[in-house]
Amino acid sequence: MNIMLVASGSVAAAGGAIGAGIAALGAGVGIGQIGKGAVEAIARQPEAMGDIRANMILMAAFVEGVALFGVIVSLLAIVL
Amino acid sequence: MSYKRLVSLLVLTFGLFGASFFAAAQGEGNKSNTPNEPATAAEAKPVKEEHKLDVAKVIFGHIADAHEWHLFSIKHEGGEDTHVSIPLPVIVYHPTNGFSMFSSSNFGEAHKNAAGLEVTESYKGYHIEKGMMKEHIIADDGAKIYDLSITKNITSMIISVVILLWVMLSVGKKYSKNGAMKAPSGFQNFLEVVVIFIRDEVAKPCLGSKYKTYLPLLLTVFFFIWINNLLGLLPGGANFTGNIAVTACLAILSFIVMMAKSRKHFWSHLLNPPGVPGWMKPMLVLIEVASLFIKPMALMIRLFANIMAGHIVILALISIVFIFAAINTTVGAGFVPVSLAFTIFMFFLELLVGAIQAFIFANLTAVFIGQAIEEPHDAHHEHEHNIDIVM
Repeated sequence: MNIMLVASGSVAAAGGAIGAGIAALGAGVGIGQIGKGAVEAIARQPEAMGDIRANMILMAAFVEGVALFGVIVSLLAIVL
Repeated sequence: MSYKRLVSLLVLTFGLFGASFFAAAQGEGNKSNTPNEPATAAEAKPVKEEHKLDVAKVIFGHIADAHEWHLFSIKHEGGEDTHVSIPLPVIVYHPTNGFSMFSSSNFGEAHKNAAGLEVTESYKGYHIEKGMMKEHIIADDGAKIYDLSITKNITSMIISVVILLWVMLSVGKKYSKNGAMKAPSGFQNFLEVVVIFIRDEVAKPCLGSKYKTYLPLLLTVFFFIWINNLLGLLPGGANFTGNIAVTACLAILSFIVMMAKSRKHFWSHLLNPPGVPGWMKPMLVLIEVASLFIKPMALMIRLFANIMAGHIVILALISIVFIFAAINTTVGAGFVPVSLAFTIFMFFLELLVGAIQAFIFANLTAVFIGQAIEEPHDAHHEHEHNIDIVM
């Protein structure tokens, strides 16, 4: 217990770093799925490429926003 | 560039980097074998300790708000660094002493006091305490003061507002002079494309026939966020939209418009969801009310996190060069091409992200306002279906 209290700063930093890594993992998986769907849709209907590209970028920004929520929490875990 | 040239370039870069590490390792080995120069070692130590690299301080110094606009520092060997910065006015209100206004250059340099905090000298009964992520003006007698200074972020906001007004008003003047009959010229071309994009893709689908009332708000929010994102990317720029207070104000603005224009239909759906079994209603109402507040909060955090994270990554990539240089100068120099390539890529990404986040903020504001002003669907009316982006 004593050791945990003494080392709590570095444990918090480790937790923060792992959290940020998991957030990046989530973002990678999510945006990869968006990309997969978009590329398959373009393959099915090449003339809709412009619409599909615009929607893909929009959805990717949403997913990235959620991943960055996680990054901000990790930053708070390290700094606070 | 042909494939062979690309491969040679990569081999050169990584070879240089690897060779400098090898040279550094050799150098370290030689140093440890000849410990018979204590004089030079003692001379070398104080210089190194003065210039100890504090990466966190550098990064947060660029991200955080400050009472002066720090441009750059010139390092001097074995002496104080010269900080080149533009001092900004400090305006504080003390409950007993009233308003004080003076230049922040009166505070002087910050140094560590007895308690380990970085503080500046006192001036007129106030001093600055620098924390990790922000700095505060503290009264010497400990009273609660109200800090209304023109800080770096506020100066950046004023500059961006001046630029926006100048650009938009000059383009608007072209329309009032020539009307819609003359072909657009110059910057008008670009602005027309963007405004029509916002009108047709964001305002009309979400707001239906009432889009004209809200189009000024959406356009202002879009251009304001976009230009501040761009200004934050310039070297020596202020991190305006990456400050949570700023995005909080923008989100509160959207929330106020949402609430002010909400209709009875919106509230009846929120507090009494139709088609839901009675036992599930309390839970659903709780979730709906929570989501009412979470939507603007998500707007705030999304913009703040994207912009701040982008700035931190760019600063960290550049700081890596200096971290390696602190180990050995050749290693640092060898890492510069790699770091520079990543940084250039990150800058392009940040340009894209800045524009996209501005668009998303405007789009979601339009969606939320559209949800609030929605008319009830009559049985014999044909209404356009709004694009519902569910959170």
